[in-house]
Amino acid sequence: MLQSHQLTFAYSPTRRFSFPDIRCNDREAVLILGKSGTGKTTLLHLLALLLRPEKGSVTIDQTDLTQLPASKTATFRAEHVGIIYQKPHFVSALSVMDNLLLANYLAKNPQDKNRARELATHLGFADHLNKKTHEMSQGEQQRVSIARAVMNKPGVILADEPTSSLDDVNCARVVALLREQSEQIGASLIVVTHDQRLKDEFSNQVNL
Amino acid sequence: MNLFKISWANLKDKPLSSFLSGLLMTLGITIISLLLLLNKQLDEQFSRNVKGIDMVLGAKGSPLQLILSSIYQIDSPTGNIPLDEAERLTRNPMIKSAIPLSMGDSYKTFRIVGTNKKYVDHFEATVGQGALFQNNMEATIGARVAETTGLKIGDTFSGSHGLDGNGEEHGATKYKVVGIFNPSSSVIDQLILTPLSSVWAIHEHHEEHEGEEHEEHAEEDHDHEAESPREITSMLIKFRNPLGMMVARGINNNSKLQAALPSIEINRLFDLLGIGVDTLRGLAVAIMLIAGISVFVSLYNSLKERKYEMALMLSMGAGRTQLFGMLLLEGLTLSLIGFLLGLIMSRIGLLLFSMRAERNFHYSLNNLSILPEEWLVLGVAVLIGIVAAALPALGVYRMNISKTLAEE
Repeated sequence: MLQSHQLTFAYSPTRRFSFPDIRCNDREAVLILGKSGTGKTTLLHLLALLLRPEKGSVTIDQTDLTQLPASKTATFRAEHVGIIYQKPHFVSALSVMDNLLLANYLAKNPQDKNRARELATHLGFADHLNKKTHEMSQGEQQRVSIARAVMNKPGVILADEPTSSLDDVNCARVVALLREQSEQIGASLIVVTHDQRLKDEFSNQVNL
Repeated sequence: MNLFKISWANLKDKPLSSFLSGLLMTLGITIISLLLLLNKQLDEQFSRNVKGIDMVLGAKGSPLQLILSSIYQIDSPTGNIPLDEAERLTRNPMIKSAIPLSMGDSYKTFRIVGTNKKYVDHFEATVGQGALFQNNMEATIGARVAETTGLKIGDTFSGSHGLDGNGEEHGATKYKVVGIFNPSSSVIDQLILTPLSSVWAIHEHHEEHEGEEHEEHAEEDHDHEAESPREITSMLIKFRNPLGMMVARGINNNSKLQAALPSIEINRLFDLLGIGVDTLRGLAVAIMLIAGISVFVSLYNSLKERKYEMALMLSMGAGRTQLFGMLLLEGLTLSLIGFLLGLIMSRIGLLLFSMRAERNFHYSLNNLSILPEEWLVLGVAVLIGIVAAALPALGVYRMNISKTLAEE
C-alpha cells in the first residue's frame, strides 16, 4: 500500500512542484499521466524517497518514509520498493542472471536463483540468463528490469515511462506482465508516463 | 554474487585497460624484486667469502683485481710475488695469520689453488669423502667441482694453464683426487685445492720441458733462470687488531708488493654497481607510479560511463561505502595480481641470471624465498592501487542519485 499526502518539491524558488495526493492499495494499479516537464520523474523519485520532499509525506506499508533516518532509507527502499526505469539500465559487466541476483544481494536477502529462473521463464528470457544485458533487445531488457524489480517481492512497484521506447507489441506485453507480476506478489503498482497508449489499460488515473 | 565478483567482472569487462594497468604494475614489481634479490644474494656471497680476511698481499696492480682474484676467484691474478718477501713482510706482530695462495692453472674452468690447511679452516670447510691433500700432486676438490666434472676419489687429471680452460695442458704431471669437500656455500665449493708445492712442481717441470714463459711470469724472467725462488700469487691476511691497517700502508709505500683492504675495495665495487642499481630502482618506482596513474585513468574513465550503474546500485539499496569498497577492490586486485606476477617474473629472471653467473663464474644465486623487503614492496603496490582507485571512487560519495538517474 502506498499513500502520499500533499507532496511538494522545489529544485529552485522558481521551479517548484506540488503534487496531487496518490493512494494505491495492494494489488491495485495507478497510472499517473503527464506531459514532459510536469514533474513525473520528480514525483516518482519522491515516492521512492530518492528525493526528500520539501513538505508532505509518503507512506508505504504503514511506514512514513519521510520520517526514516537517511541511513535506513536505502535498506527500506531495497526491501519494499521495486523500480523500473524508462531506459533499462544494468550493471553491464554482469550477466542477466547476476543482475537479477544483484537485487537480492544489495537488499541483503538470500540470493534466490530459482526465483530468477522462474521469472525468466515466465517473462520469456530464460535463454538469455547467461548473456550480457546489452546483447538483448530493448523489449527483452525491459522485461529483465521487471523481473529485477520483483526479485525481492516488494510491496510497491514504481515504473517510470516503462513503455516509451517500445513498439506497440512490446508495450502491451510489458504492461500486461507488470500488472500480472504486481498482482502475483500483492504489490501496489504505480506507473508514471506520458504514453497515451496506456490510457485504456488502467482504471485508476491521476493527471498531473 | 558479492562485491568481489562485481569488481572482477568489471575488470574483465575492460580487458585491455586492466591488462595495461596490470602489466605496468607487474613490470615495476619485477624490476624491484629482481634488484632486491640480486643485491641480497651478491651481498651474501661477497660478505660470506670476505669474512675474516682483513688484507690481501699480492703483486702491484689494481687492488680491486687483487681482491676479486684472491678472495672471490673471479678475476685474473695480478701476478706472482716471491714467497720469502711475502713471509718477511708478514712477520709482524700486528698480523695474526697469513694464508698463501698460488693459482694460475685450472681444470675444466675450475681453478686449481695451491695453499695450505689454514685456507680450508678459514672457510670452515670440511672434507666429506676421502682426506685433505697432504703431499705433492694430491688434490681435494670442492663439492660443485665434483658434481660438474664428475671427478671421484682416486681419479687423476692434469691442469691446464690459465683460468679459462683454453690453456695448454700440463700433460706430464697429473693431480690425484684424494678428497671431496662438503658443500660450504663458500668459494671453496668451486675450487680444486692442492699443496703449494704441487704448483711449484708443475711449473718447474713445465719450464724445463717447454722452455716457455707466460705473461704472468714474464716480468720476473731472470729469477726463474737463476735459482727459481719460490713464488706465490697472494696472501690472505688477518690482523690481530684494527691497527693492522697501518701495515697495509707501510707495505704499499715501502715495498714492491701491494696490500689491498677488502672492506674498502668491496665498498668501492658496490658504489660503482650502486649507480646502476639506483637508476634501475628509480625506473622501477616510476613504472609502478605510472601503473598507479593507469589504474586511476582507466577507473576514472569507466566511472564516467558507469555513473548510471552506480546510481542504480545505490537506488537498489547499496551503501555508498559498499560501492566505494567495490571500486577500491578493483585497484587492489590489479595491485595484487601485479605483485604476484612480479614475484614470479623476478624469480624467473634470477634463475636466468644465475645460470649465466654459474657458467661464467661458478657462482649460483638461486635462493628464491621471499625477502622481507618484498612485503614492503607489496605494501607500496597495495597503497598505489588503493590511492589510484580511491581518487575517482570518492565521487560515489558526492553522487546525487536522483539527478543521475533522471539524466538519461
